[in-house]
Amino acid sequence: MTYARDVAALARKDLLLELRARDTLPAMVLFVAAVFVVFHFVLPAAPSRLETTGLLWVAILFTALLGLGRAFVPEREQRTMDGLVLAPCDRSAIWLAKSLATLAFLAAAEVVALPLYALFFHRIGGATVLAVVLADLGICAVGTFLGAMAVVTRARDLLLPLLFLPLALPVVVGAVGSSVASAPGRYLGFLALYDLLFGVVCWASFEYVVAE
Amino acid sequence: MITARRLGKRFGDRRVLRGVDLDLERGGFLVVTGANGAGKTTLLRICAGLTAPSEGTIERRARRSELGYLGHEPLVYRELTALENLELYGRLYRVPERRERIGMLLERFGLWEARHERVASYSRGMTQRLALCRVLLHDPGLLVLDEPYSALDEAGAELLDAQLAELHGERTLLVATHDPARIDSLATARLGLAA
Repeated sequence: MTYARDVAALARKDLLLELRARDTLPAMVLFVAAVFVVFHFVLPAAPSRLETTGLLWVAILFTALLGLGRAFVPEREQRTMDGLVLAPCDRSAIWLAKSLATLAFLAAAEVVALPLYALFFHRIGGATVLAVVLADLGICAVGTFLGAMAVVTRARDLLLPLLFLPLALPVVVGAVGSSVASAPGRYLGFLALYDLLFGVVCWASFEYVVAE
Repeated sequence: MITARRLGKRFGDRRVLRGVDLDLERGGFLVVTGANGAGKTTLLRICAGLTAPSEGTIERRARRSELGYLGHEPLVYRELTALENLELYGRLYRVPERRERIGMLLERFGLWEARHERVASYSRGMTQRLALCRVLLHDPGLLVLDEPYSALDEAGAELLDAQLAELHGERTLLVATHDPARIDSLATARLGLAA
């Protein structure tokens, strides 16, 4: 219960910071909308479902990357990570709260992105929506963990995509499979397994990322 | 409260701390002095558990919840108000009667009227006062203060004098300063670091 209260306090702080600064969510929404608009004109008149599904997932992945790159910016710019690390709460609460805040931003961007995709390309089925939910969980868990690692380095802008994209490949495979397969259950199960496995690994090892 | 032996720290090829021995008893007040680059900040960060030493050993007999650390940075969010920052830390430190404690500290450090303003609009001195509120919020048993008088005007410095005098003997203090004369009467031990 105490852990949940710590996570809630930290996540509330991240949402409040975004509400004040508004430098992450608008960028994510504009980016994903711009991608769909551009590809609407670039792709042939009637692109196949397979092609546009790939586009949907690439757009979601890079939109998430945009948010993940900014996740620890307040802590880096204002050097507040020391304050959080010294607090007597479990340090994994910092990761979980940041993951939840990033998840909220990504979900908000997708509320705009998915209808736009349906408008420009193809209707979105229930399996794809479920895949989006599961993929978001994995993307935010792993991306936030890697974001915390990258933020302390000088090459953080380069390092985060280099670390994140290879680890996100299973998410893309599972997500595209869920969207195009006639029986998506296996792919959705794969995404859930990825979330569980990487979620536990990130939760258990975040302590070592923030402690010297 | 803190015992360190042959403490050393290197950042790459650069050695910033070498062979420091330190004994700080419970209720003691250790003043650390030294020129710029002597390693005061590094020593305090090691004592706070924020930096690992490259050499030597350190034993700190205080849990994280008992430590109050003031560094060069105020460790507060500029886009949040003073009240929101202290609420956040108050929750994380599980401060009992949080609202009352926050109100008392803001009053004491002259920030009550500005409690709903974002820290970004604060002067450097006001931000330092807020940082002191943050450090004292959970009534820590061990205070590690790095240049606590930095950016404070005379009124703020006098407030801090009174606060340190109040804590003297009841809490354990480790203070790094360029102005040791100000707190010399409170010190129970002194440590000079050579550059």
